[in-house]
Amino acid sequence: MAPDAGSARDTDWGGVRLHIVTGKGGTGKTTVAAALALALAAEGRRVLLAEVEGRQGISQTFEVPPLALTETRIAHAAHGGEVFGLSVDAKAALLEYLQMYYKLGRAGGVLEKFGAIDFATTIAPGVRDVLLTGKVYEAVRRRRDHKAKGPGAAPAYDAVVVDAPPTGRVVRFLNVNHEVADLAKVGPIRSQANSITAMLKSPQTAVHLVTLLEEMPVQETVDTIAELRAVGMPIGGVVVNQVREEILTLNVLEAAARGAISPKNVAADLTRVHVRATDALVNGLLTEARDHAERVTLERDEAKVIAALGRPTYRLPSLSEGVDANGVREMAETLMAQGMA
Amino acid sequence: MVSVLDIDTLLGDPQTRIIVCCGAGGVGKTTTAAALGLRAAEAGRRVVVLTIDPARRLAQSLGLTTLDNTPRPVKDIKNTDGGSLDAMMLDMKRTFDEVVEAHSTPEKAEQILANPFYQAVSSSFAGTQEYMAMEKLGQLRLEADRDPDNPRWDLIVVDTPPSRSALDFLDAPKRLGSFLDGRFIRLLAAPAKAGGRAYLKVFSAGVNIVTRTLTKVLGGQMLSDVQTFVAAFDTMFGGFRKRADHTYALLSDRTTTFIVVAAPERDALREASYFVDRLDEEEMPLAGLVINRMYRVSAPGLSAARALGAAEELGDEESDSSSAITQGLLRMHAIQAEIADRHESLARRFIAGHPGIPMVEVPAASGDIHDLVGLRAVGNALAGH
Repeated sequence: MAPDAGSARDTDWGGVRLHIVTGKGGTGKTTVAAALALALAAEGRRVLLAEVEGRQGISQTFEVPPLALTETRIAHAAHGGEVFGLSVDAKAALLEYLQMYYKLGRAGGVLEKFGAIDFATTIAPGVRDVLLTGKVYEAVRRRRDHKAKGPGAAPAYDAVVVDAPPTGRVVRFLNVNHEVADLAKVGPIRSQANSITAMLKSPQTAVHLVTLLEEMPVQETVDTIAELRAVGMPIGGVVVNQVREEILTLNVLEAAARGAISPKNVAADLTRVHVRATDALVNGLLTEARDHAERVTLERDEAKVIAALGRPTYRLPSLSEGVDANGVREMAETLMAQGMA
Repeated sequence: MVSVLDIDTLLGDPQTRIIVCCGAGGVGKTTTAAALGLRAAEAGRRVVVLTIDPARRLAQSLGLTTLDNTPRPVKDIKNTDGGSLDAMMLDMKRTFDEVVEAHSTPEKAEQILANPFYQAVSSSFAGTQEYMAMEKLGQLRLEADRDPDNPRWDLIVVDTPPSRSALDFLDAPKRLGSFLDGRFIRLLAAPAKAGGRAYLKVFSAGVNIVTRTLTKVLGGQMLSDVQTFVAAFDTMFGGFRKRADHTYALLSDRTTTFIVVAAPERDALREASYFVDRLDEEEMPLAGLVINRMYRVSAPGLSAARALGAAEELGDEESDSSSAITQGLLRMHAIQAEIADRHESLARRFIAGHPGIPMVEVPAASGDIHDLVGLRAVGNALAGH
């Protein structure tokens, strides 16, 4: 039996139903969003994982056929939970919206024929982003039983996870409804835009940031948190992805950085275990150690910057085999163990 | 046999006038563009680099402290060969405003710039960055060609926007063109134009349905803002369309070349592959592929498996502190060698899937790149040194 949301385990984001995952390109935000969805779905929950840039990153991550315009079950989570996937399409969302709120019938087809739908979804300012966020809004509010009303009615999804645009664009994406509300001073668009903004800024929502321990992604994380704060969006956790396992002790790292490791001793050790200790090999190993020490120092500095943000922080180890569908499950377990879900 | 992307020949060829760097977000496009620009300038070319959204410290390294839409000279380059390097950051709103000002009367321009719909379009609409990057490219090329005997620039290096899809900027000119030719724009423009209604009456009974629906959905005020905007813009459309066509032609010109940038990761290579196919489909000139951040080990003679085995053997001995250090070095090497192998095999697989595409690999640096020295090193690696 499905437990009530939030009661089974104590997690950091118990009251949150809409998880928005962003990060600089190349940080692995899609994989982290997928892992978070799996983790949230554990123990019998239903979770929707939505992407909004039409990249088919979700289907590739789960190694399933490309997602169509309908919500499709893409994975079973531990203990009977389910993850559904959706690639939100602006055009489909617009037609659905017009049908749902305006009962348009034939007019929808006429709009399409006139190029109005293309105009709205590709040219008009912000409309595309309004439609994409609008579809997410609808999925969060949807009831499992369409006729059920009121706060007690079970939601269609216990949680919705959005693989959002990267850090450079995410604030504009999330805040687009605010801008549209400025543009449309009255009328149905304004009220729809205001409702979406209200949900995105409520405690039901959290915007999580994925980063690597490198300068640029960390800088973008810091900048994005400041931008989110400025527009009043609820900031979630920071997920540090691809954390390398620490192999050398601090002493060895320091010695490597100073060039204080004796090549002679290393050569002797190698010879003892029958590795041909050429100068090239020994010097190569010492160069690797020095480069590694340099990188570790940089990573420590970046970790300090992240710690100073004071946000709940999760660390995902680097998977030596690269990330496949099993890797995502492994990441989900790690996020659960660290209390993110 | 892997064919090698010969960067120095490409940069040295006076026929190369535009280089477009494209690829997924986070693969080092901007760094690649800046490194190419610097290398070309130091080899004697007069270069301008157009960046879209550079990391702060990379921008500083090029002397870009403000986003002011103007090319500024980069100081401290080695210009003994008579080369020069200018760099600029795109300001999309200002670029759009300039286009409006250049193509309409002052009164009309003022009217457009004040329109709320225009303000939204120019600062936040999906795709504006792509249009304006291409618009700026066109402007730079015009400026470069103004005096053919003494061109201000003979090479333009463009960094493409971090698009939703890598294709957006290729589609931007065409999409704009087809929209401007479309019925919808005429419908929007019509009510404000004398004679428009009469024309509309003949062309479809659907018009009423469309206007009614738009009023219902958008509200009367927003629709009228849109209409005022379209009407004010109307006189400029011809110019816009011409520019869009011109830019597309410029991109497919033989003096333009594309470099696809990737990183040795599944997703980035998938995007790169998509891009390569798409450029081919559009018959755009592709110079080759740059794979950044290739992990390399300094002791390539020792395999991961052998290193691990040796570490284990050392671990079985009576321990002393020296052997513990050597064990650590071997285990560290094993992990790094595995990463390097994985990168190598991803690169090989890409090549197998796209035979004949020239490629160059740039090794991963142990730190971030944010000065000319770092960019020069990347340039060296790009040239295969």
